[in-house]
Amino acid sequence: MKTKIRKIVTFVEETRTEMGKPVNPPTRRAAAAAVIENPFAGNYVEDLTELMEIGEELGALLTERAVAALGILGAFAESYGKAAAVGENGELEHAAAILHPKLGTPVRKTLGKGAALIPSSKKRGGPGVALDIPLGHKDAAFVRSHFDGMEIRINDAPRANEIVVAIAVTDSGRPLPRVGGLTKDQIKGEDGLR
Amino acid sequence: MPEVQLRKRVIVVEEVFHEGGPVAATPLRRAAALAVIHNPFAGKYVPEIAGFMEDLNPLGLEMAKALVAALGGDPKIVEGYGKGAIVGQAGELEHGALWHVPGGYAMREILGNAKAIVASTKKVGGPGTRLDVPITHINASYVRSHFDSMEVGIADAPKANEILLALVMTTGPRVHARVGGLKASEITGLDGLR
Repeated sequence: MKTKIRKIVTFVEETRTEMGKPVNPPTRRAAAAAVIENPFAGNYVEDLTELMEIGEELGALLTERAVAALGILGAFAESYGKAAAVGENGELEHAAAILHPKLGTPVRKTLGKGAALIPSSKKRGGPGVALDIPLGHKDAAFVRSHFDGMEIRINDAPRANEIVVAIAVTDSGRPLPRVGGLTKDQIKGEDGLR
Repeated sequence: MPEVQLRKRVIVVEEVFHEGGPVAATPLRRAAALAVIHNPFAGKYVPEIAGFMEDLNPLGLEMAKALVAALGGDPKIVEGYGKGAIVGQAGELEHGALWHVPGGYAMREILGNAKAIVASTKKVGGPGTRLDVPITHINASYVRSHFDSMEVGIADAPKANEILLALVMTTGPRVHARVGGLKASEITGLDGLR
């Protein structure tokens, strides 16, 4: 593996009630995050191919970890998202190189489909910085019940020369969705939008 | 005493491969089980609260089992533990103290013969408050390589009328432990201390 990983953290959240009302079945989100060495920390490097390849490796590894943490088959995942936090000696573009060119293909391979864009966010920050990973339905970005986000943080990362890369997967939408819009049973699933 | 009302559960697993030194032959894993419950005593001073400890026993057991499962299912690999609580702002620190007995009992029950006192901490806080849960060896509090901690927290908890309960288990010493002291191999294991 090209990626030098210091640490992997997985998170699983299960919501049982909201405002005192039962959530049945409970909604569940999982995120898997890797703390990796930034090979370009401290330097301006024009060619970011190495980070793109790292993104490809992490797309497979982190999606597998997140799905395993939920205890479901990839095909049963409903929404997803990705995010990265670059330590202070790196650039935002390093996060972009990991997240955008090559990470998505192995994510979709693990989940079986994934016609929709994988929503993403990125930032630069210090150890303990919070990442709000945006979430959207994996087959139809307009499914309103699945517009969501998941906050994660790792207290000792990213160090200055590191990057935290995270992938979130759910088996459900928000706990008690009731703001209308496209529902998941109306998905056509052709264009990734509806 | 009132029924335990659970809003949300979170499981976090950290897998540490190195921290700038040699890559560990076996990565250190730390796992936390968090539960967000309604605080039945929020908003008023209730003199008699101790009965709620017994009501928390089943939840404690469920959390301890979930931790062992998150670490692979074999209780024998657990070497360190700790516990903690964050009380929402309409509660008092004493409500967090209700977790000492059921949290500790649950982990000892699941881990068999754990002899050491379960290290703990608690505070009052709002949503997103972080807690550094102290960790010590399960059989001998003085094992220096196993003095550790895990930062935990949930973005949307505890609300004012809630308590966030935490249990933590680890699978070994700090990843590059090298400051001497009592070793795990030297435990006599009679008094829970050495």
